Amino acid sequence: MAENYIYAVARVRTRELSLLNENVMAQLSAAASEQDCLRILNEKGWGGSGVSTEEMFAAENRKTWAFIREILPKEGQMKVFDVFRLANDYHNLKAAVKEACIDGTHPGIYGEDGTVPASLIARALADSDYEHLPGHMQTVAQEAKELLLKTQDGQLCDITIDRAALTAIREAGIASKEKLLEEYGELTCATGDIKIAVRAQRTGKNKAFLDRALAPSRTIDIRELGDAAVMGFDAILACLSRSIYSDAVEELKKSLASFERWCDNRMIRQIRPEIHNPFGIGPLAAYILARDVEIKTVRIILAGKRNGLPDEMLRERVRETYV
Amino acid sequence: MSLGLFFALLGAALAGATSGVGSAMGVGIAGQAAAGVCTDNPDMFSKVLILQLLPGTQGIYGLLIAFICLSQIGIMGGGADTAMSLSTGLLYFAACLPVIIVEPISAINQGRTSVASIAMVGKREETFGKSMIFPAMVETYAILALLISILAIFGVSAL
Repeated sequence: MAENYIYAVARVRTRELSLLNENVMAQLSAAASEQDCLRILNEKGWGGSGVSTEEMFAAENRKTWAFIREILPKEGQMKVFDVFRLANDYHNLKAAVKEACIDGTHPGIYGEDGTVPASLIARALADSDYEHLPGHMQTVAQEAKELLLKTQDGQLCDITIDRAALTAIREAGIASKEKLLEEYGELTCATGDIKIAVRAQRTGKNKAFLDRALAPSRTIDIRELGDAAVMGFDAILACLSRSIYSDAVEELKKSLASFERWCDNRMIRQIRPEIHNPFGIGPLAAYILARDVEIKTVRIILAGKRNGLPDEMLRERVRETYV
Repeated sequence: MSLGLFFALLGAALAGATSGVGSAMGVGIAGQAAAGVCTDNPDMFSKVLILQLLPGTQGIYGLLIAFICLSQIGIMGGGADTAMSLSTGLLYFAACLPVIIVEPISAINQGRTSVASIAMVGKREETFGKSMIFPAMVETYAILALLISILAIFGVSAL
């Protein structure tokens, strides 16, 4: 099985040379302005003249997936990476539900690189014909549309879709039978639940809301987390300290942004051994995740420069790098 | 035709065959990695080619043992002992066993080590010298098996 990916892993090894390392990130953080950052990025092959930053990020994302498609020997092997692409599907589902409930079309609200074309999701929602959607999406698509039409509550619609997204990502990780992808699915689901619990606590949501929003996870007891979120922030921290995410407590005390950074860093540390692995799908998955975190970090740095964030604050938000 | 000659011939044939299969697999997997590196960096061709070829030597060792065995039993060059005793035939077969067993295993494992070394060179070209050492270490055991088989075949011939 591992022998199927030898060519692909060798390609990834060469591509890893063009990943932005710690020095480049430090250079970007220390740059005087957003323009200086863009100049550094241009030298690294990102963007170009007349390309907006959002277009640049979209292009970098496209580059990653085009590369993965190119190196995989069989088209069907892309399926194992659904775990990374499902978030895009559910983002498109949210957009399609809202578009279907509001008259007119709204170009530009859909994302790329999902497991199913955004147009298919939009058509299914517009026609209320869900059978062409993937199985895990059919029920939630119908439920979310009916909820939005009946209650006009966008947040309720969003949490319903978010819960389904976290569940689908976790299940796709398990279905891949790849340890790294399974861990990614579990971490995404558990940290997603923690973020939901913290936000719900801050906005004073009740238990019913949390029961609807939290997705089942193997590494965190969502019933306990839901109860804790109703009781208060300290109860959430106490709940976390009893879980395998106890080292996130200090980060969560600082801020949610700090916690998000901890999540990304944890993932990077989890994938780092793959840099020495010449076989199997692990190095490919690690490359996709590394690119994802890289794009996220560059986005944070550029936004920080644009908004005049102090260098120190920016450095606190910069993620660890894979290479 | 005696059963002894059959076993001696079987030893020679298997030595050539299993070593060839092992080398084909080793060179094949190393070739995939080499192609991967060359796709993005064609300048690496000569370096990764050397690493790809390393698991090919086991096939040559198998061929060598097959040649020696065939010539000793007279299949090659004429004068085959058609009345060879079963025990002599089995001795020749046993003499070929180190190569039959060790060469394919070492070729496949050397191929896997070459894959890792090719990835290493693909990332850091200056490590080429060091990267050669790792698969070369696997070669040691292929050579030891070859030596034992050579000594054993000549020993059997001298009986």
